[in-house]
Amino acid sequence: MKKALKKYLDKVRPQFQPGGKLQKFRSVFDGFDTFLFTPNTTSRSGVHIHDSNDSKRTMIIVVLALLPALLFGMYNVGYQRYLSVGTTPEFFDSFLYGFLAVLPKIVVAYVVGLGIEFISAQIRGHEIQEGFLVSGMLIPMICPIETPIWMIAVATAFSVIFVKEVFGGTGMNIFNVALMTRAFLFFAYPQKMSGDSVFVASDSIFSLGAGQTVDAFSGATPLGQVATNVGSTLHLTGVTGSDLTLWDMFLGLIPGSIGETSTLFILLGGAVLLITGVASWRIMLSVFVGGLAMGYLAQAFPSATYAGSLLTPVEQVCLGGFAFAAVFMATDPVTAAHTNTGKYIYGFLVGALAILIRVYNSGYPEGAMLAVLLMNAFAPLIDYCVIETNVRRRMRRAKNRQ
Amino acid sequence: MSEVIRIRKGLDLHLHGEAAMGESLLTIEPQRVAIVPDDFQGFVPRLLKKEGDLIEAGEALAYDKNSTSVVVCSPISGKVEKIVRGERRKILAITIVPDSSKARKTFDVKAIASDPKQALLDAGLWAMFTQRPYGVIPSPDICPRDIFVSCFDSSPLAPSRSLMIESSRHLFEKGVEVLSQLTAGTVYLGCRKEAIVETPHSTTTVYEGPHPAGNAGVQIAQIKPVNKGETVWTIEPETVVKIGGLFTEGYVDYSCIVGITGELVEKPRYVKTTQGAAISDLLKGNIKEGIAPRIIAGNPLTGKLANLDGFLRYPYRQITVIPEVTNDCELLGWASLSTKKYSAGRTFFSWLMPKKKKYHFDAKINGGERAIIMSGEYDKMLPMDIYSEFLIKAIIARDIDKMEQLGIYEVVPEDFALCEFIDTSKLELQRIVREGLDYLRKEMN
Repeated sequence: MKKALKKYLDKVRPQFQPGGKLQKFRSVFDGFDTFLFTPNTTSRSGVHIHDSNDSKRTMIIVVLALLPALLFGMYNVGYQRYLSVGTTPEFFDSFLYGFLAVLPKIVVAYVVGLGIEFISAQIRGHEIQEGFLVSGMLIPMICPIETPIWMIAVATAFSVIFVKEVFGGTGMNIFNVALMTRAFLFFAYPQKMSGDSVFVASDSIFSLGAGQTVDAFSGATPLGQVATNVGSTLHLTGVTGSDLTLWDMFLGLIPGSIGETSTLFILLGGAVLLITGVASWRIMLSVFVGGLAMGYLAQAFPSATYAGSLLTPVEQVCLGGFAFAAVFMATDPVTAAHTNTGKYIYGFLVGALAILIRVYNSGYPEGAMLAVLLMNAFAPLIDYCVIETNVRRRMRRAKNRQ
Repeated sequence: MSEVIRIRKGLDLHLHGEAAMGESLLTIEPQRVAIVPDDFQGFVPRLLKKEGDLIEAGEALAYDKNSTSVVVCSPISGKVEKIVRGERRKILAITIVPDSSKARKTFDVKAIASDPKQALLDAGLWAMFTQRPYGVIPSPDICPRDIFVSCFDSSPLAPSRSLMIESSRHLFEKGVEVLSQLTAGTVYLGCRKEAIVETPHSTTTVYEGPHPAGNAGVQIAQIKPVNKGETVWTIEPETVVKIGGLFTEGYVDYSCIVGITGELVEKPRYVKTTQGAAISDLLKGNIKEGIAPRIIAGNPLTGKLANLDGFLRYPYRQITVIPEVTNDCELLGWASLSTKKYSAGRTFFSWLMPKKKKYHFDAKINGGERAIIMSGEYDKMLPMDIYSEFLIKAIIARDIDKMEQLGIYEVVPEDFALCEFIDTSKLELQRIVREGLDYLRKEMN
């Protein structure tokens, strides 16, 4: 079976080569061919043996690490829906509802993004780059459940073309592709990306989750509630008005973007990334350190004007997209700082800025996205400074010799 | 007591087919030997012999177009069989069929002692030095800051050097003495703690830690990195013994001990032969049948791609044979859970296996070429104070200022071999560095 498939691919390959009938689909064929079978190309120069790791393996591991948060996110979508209509959420029904609600978004993000990838690989004569396997998964996870599918399509197309491909593709981009998608949506369609009505699903799917929303329902996320809080006490509630405990925030059965709510499951994915060494522990650690430090600082000066300062640092880290940004966004190796020293600085500033924006800028209830994007822009500068010390050391050494 | 330097970065690769020390060393008289001018970086050959000419061992075959006093010599007496030329009549190899005369060029030991530099040039040993910057044959007019000799080879399947040094200890010491006359600075020897070599005219440093601890470049970086405007030479201990021989006995002994290694070698062993020996002679009857072999003149990281018609290449004392492709039909290889697939990182499950476990490697690249995606990978494999990823980018961009600032004068391609091995993006780093060095050299001179 395996051999037959391989034989078949070998047989049809010439048609996809330049001059063949189907040469316009070369990149597509290559993409599927190398996806199915490890290419048998051997080294022509340099080392004769190679490590088994390649960018496919690396990206697949990131996708795997995203799965716990994604699956939990699906469940949570259904869970919040059932709560909002006053039905006790059953595990299976909740998950099925969430699965059906989220799947179209994932499919659309992949189809649009990979379509553009295939086309640009064809134009450039490159192989398909795997980076979008991760981005395509990230994009739906950081959107509210009520984001219309066409918006995801438009934003994904914008992001892949103008944030990645114009710079030269995966590895060349300055900004995180997935976050840029969200930023595009956030600024182009603000009413669909924030507020009280977008984070909890509002329709039934195939008669799943049918019913009228209960009277006590409020779809405001905890951070949304913080942003509109009046007075010097803070009282965070779930969608039906029950009190939220720290455990709820950590576990993530709260309204929010699809994949961002559960700190627990995000950390599970983070553990996968750290054990495999795919993500930098330096960045991940320092984002949390930065966030906690800024959280302490804010809490040390509580103010009714800035209700975010009434949250404890641990709540800050558990709420909103902070953990998701720390584990999956800030650690993007392409857009983060590349030097080890730079990674500490970059990570710390991402964490601190996320909380800073969240607490002191009432325009944005959440700051994680903007903090990462801002630091993406500064990462090359941080690297430049770190490298400059190395360059200066080298210059000094050369000078001292005379 | 020698200073001990511990190197933490790097990686020891364990492959099947390590050469074993047999009871007696097999001697193989090659049917044909060859000199490949490309092995001597920066050497542009101008021939001194024609096809059909008779030649003695140690007699000059060709001189360098740019530095006419630098010559390469025949390792054996015989007849120049063929000048193999490639595109634009570039000389690829000069093959020699040995005769039985054993004639060799000799020098008057007393006379040459007064001018060692000239003697090294005349005897063809000069071409065996490598200078940093650029990784080329040094110019005879420049006095190096220091000379570095690495007395051990840490690359995968590398043949042991300690036996060779121990058995010719007095020649080695003599060679070091000659070297010390060539530099105003110091001759540094780098050793493992199991095989410390100390001589009166050198400083010994002991290195612990994984490959590339045995690369002279790494040792230079630990002791005294090369600065802009400085020149440092490196030389193989085998050549030091040859130099010692020249100044003791009056001739250059071109015999060498070669490790025949690799998974596809029937009996991995050491053999004694001549520099430039034909690979077909060295591997005769000692190669496993049934699977397409990749024959490497050298070690699997830096060696040259060869075939049975190829030759032992300078400076390697090693022939490695591994399979070209073992599993040509690997379905969904990126999803493999196998512990047999080796990765230095932890994305494959080989990291759960014991560190000393040996792996089967073939020549597959295991992926496609990409832009640099993962950051900091190279730094883990390069024990130098260099931001390697940024240096590589500067080289690709041909940005001379940046290359200088980031330390290109300190590196040669072999320093990046391990980086190339682990690179997720599968870039040809050694080729990139070589081209960068050639470009820089052209622009600077």
